[in-house]
Amino acid sequence: MQKKRSFEFLIERAIQVSGISAIVLVALIFMFLLREGIPAFFQVPLDKLLATRWYPIEGRFGLLPLILGSLLVTLSAALVAMPLGLLTAIFIAEIAPEWARNLLKPLVEILAGIPSVVLGFFGMVAIAPLVRTVLDIPTGLTAFTGALLLAWMALPTIVSVAEDALDAVPNTYRDAGLALGLTQWQTIWRIVVPAARSGILTAMMLGVGRAIGETMTVMMVTGNAARMPLTVDSLFRPIRTMTATIAAEMGEVANGSTHYHVLFAIGLTLFVITFIINMLAAAFVFRQVRRSERVMS
Amino acid sequence: MNRQQTQRLGFILVSLVAVLVILPIFFIVGSIVWRGLPAIHWEFITRYPTHGMKAGGILPAIVGTFWLTLGTALVSVPIGVGAGIYLAEYAQDTPLTRAIRIAIINLAGIPSVVYGLFGLGLFVLFLGFGTSIVAASLTLGIMTLPVIISTTEEAVRSVPQAFRAISISLGGTRWQTIYRIVLPQALPGIMTGIILGLERAAGETAPILFTGAAFFLPRLPHSIFDQTMALPYHLFVISTQVPGMPVHIQYGTALILLTFVLSMNFIATMIRSRYRRNRAW
Amino acid sequence: MEQPPVKIRIENFSLRYSDGVESLHHITLNIYANQINVLFGPAGGGKSSLLRAINRLNDLVDVSERSGRILLDGEDIYAPGYDVIALRRRVGIVFARPVSLPLSVYRNLTYGLELAGVRNKTLLDEAVERSLRQAALWDEMKDRLHDPAYTLSGGQQQRLSLARSLALQPEVIMLDEPTSALDPISTAKIEDTLQELKQTYTIIIVPHNVQQAARVADWASFFLQSELIEHGPGHTLFLNPQDKRTEDYIAGRFG
Repeated sequence: MQKKRSFEFLIERAIQVSGISAIVLVALIFMFLLREGIPAFFQVPLDKLLATRWYPIEGRFGLLPLILGSLLVTLSAALVAMPLGLLTAIFIAEIAPEWARNLLKPLVEILAGIPSVVLGFFGMVAIAPLVRTVLDIPTGLTAFTGALLLAWMALPTIVSVAEDALDAVPNTYRDAGLALGLTQWQTIWRIVVPAARSGILTAMMLGVGRAIGETMTVMMVTGNAARMPLTVDSLFRPIRTMTATIAAEMGEVANGSTHYHVLFAIGLTLFVITFIINMLAAAFVFRQVRRSERVMS
Repeated sequence: MNRQQTQRLGFILVSLVAVLVILPIFFIVGSIVWRGLPAIHWEFITRYPTHGMKAGGILPAIVGTFWLTLGTALVSVPIGVGAGIYLAEYAQDTPLTRAIRIAIINLAGIPSVVYGLFGLGLFVLFLGFGTSIVAASLTLGIMTLPVIISTTEEAVRSVPQAFRAISISLGGTRWQTIYRIVLPQALPGIMTGIILGLERAAGETAPILFTGAAFFLPRLPHSIFDQTMALPYHLFVISTQVPGMPVHIQYGTALILLTFVLSMNFIATMIRSRYRRNRAW
Repeated sequence: MEQPPVKIRIENFSLRYSDGVESLHHITLNIYANQINVLFGPAGGGKSSLLRAINRLNDLVDVSERSGRILLDGEDIYAPGYDVIALRRRVGIVFARPVSLPLSVYRNLTYGLELAGVRNKTLLDEAVERSLRQAALWDEMKDRLHDPAYTLSGGQQQRLSLARSLALQPEVIMLDEPTSALDPISTAKIEDTLQELKQTYTIIIVPHNVQQAARVADWASFFLQSELIEHGPGHTLFLNPQDKRTEDYIAGRFG
């Protein structure tokens, strides 16, 4: 009996340790990014970091084109993915007949499962040439192509989280709308969607988070030219994102060089950005949970 | 336009959007199958690449992906399932628990290339493992943790409280209750989560770029401190860095990777639906 | 009437949960051996809390305050170092909703013994048959021992729950509204079984209505809003309650 009790004690300790591991790991990751990224801020003065040319070979470490590149591609992708994602979620949750729902949900999961390198490959060999011929531009490897592919990568996240949020709205809400004489369409837009708005917002933020962090797809289809996207037609020219920069150049840098540290600094920036987005999304999730608990009590 | 017409129009619009969203899936999968199938023959999956990758097979990449997936499982499953059980059965509502949950949400959102940087900094350089299977597996494993923790927690929580009450009232300890009743009931849900997590890890390129993947290795890896080839990285390289690469080999590699990943998806879905139908509650 | 031996003594026991839901205020009560001890009263009175305090099931819940003593055979079950696992084997419980473990009938019954480390198949088989006979389920179950327990009817599952506790050969059996989800025939079967069981065990039951309380009680205690109002032999308490509140409740003037 004693042996059983001490064995159990060990197992429960191990479980506790596993629980805390998440905190330890996040802290570890942050620490390492800091350790290797902070030197960049000492080796490159801030005004040089915020310059407009990224050309490491000549010692130019202007991050602005990369940051704006990420912003351009991500925001364009979001502009496409958010409405499409929300409408698809509404379709699945509120309008689709059972057979359609049983078809759509697995398909969305399949889309979620396609590896980013496969999507990037497809974008390179099939979409980019299409974009080039249809829009009559020199190359199809553009910010636009990247945004298109990113949108489809973010869609499964947006669709499934938004769909969960819509599903969680109790049927009594919908019944109330119909009882008031509203059509199902009006009920959806005036009652159900507002009720699910924090979950929908979470879905959007998670989708954006996914898009910002995407690496391989954008590396393969955006042309990897670190230019400042200052005009509208920059959308249809090659661009470079922060993630692609790290992936493309890390393999070539000398360990401990300024270039190396600047790449880590970019990684640190990405970590902080996604940290903020995720904290905001989490705050919404907690608020939504508390609200639905009040509704049910 | 009256309300009924608005509704009909709205329904049509939304249906069209849904179709628009899923249509590309068919194009993507369809074209990869269509153009990749001609490259698939027995030698493609059992032989080494030859002629600078332009002919031969992709065996080492397939084997490499297998090893990396196994390594990811060894790292992420024990810690992930343990943490999931902790959150579902042991954790109280304290600031520490909330901090753990925040940490998990954050781990889930970190870009894959940042994981690659972390793996490079910690495992390859600081701990001196070098670019190796072990460094890549550790990196992928940490990346996969959040998925496994979340699905495990959810699966364990969904086991009805009544079972626990009965077990405790018959003289069971907390761990006996978890081990004999809760875990077996939650197992299908946990397995679904593990498979989905591993499926994602198998398809990732950025985390292994600087931590373990190699372009071409003449032999299969001997130890965990060797580098390895891997399917996602292989696809990336042959489609962007080898001039004159035959297109059907590129599509063939993509097809193999896609098949591997999607069949894991399929298995997970099957487990999940059988689990829902056969539950004892 | 002469008092039978006291199996459990509850002395000035108070309990408060951290969400303040149900609690107990200074309960002093004897549970008599080999008798059917009834705890009755309107919902929220503290009866279920008391049951869960006696087998320390509420150790799992957030309890913010606890005072007083509960003595089983003269020993304080809340004393530091007291063997809680053994306590739960000596004091069994049947819950209100008929739920079985997600196992076969046979394994539901042997589960408690397996927890205790019993592996001998003969012993386990004996325990299964003995406890099913005691719960008047043997004839119905003997050919279905390896069926999943959730395929049984509600009444059968409830008697199975009783058999499950009996398999550990406890000293006390507590039943918390055991027949509230059952039809009258199953209810009668369980009430008859209790009359037989009390010869071997001490029974504590929270009935789900006053009529059941009056039918089965050897000793009865009336609980109202976390307090013990009145306590006495069954036949005298129901025919001649001393406290007006008890009388009003029995007469159905409030519920």
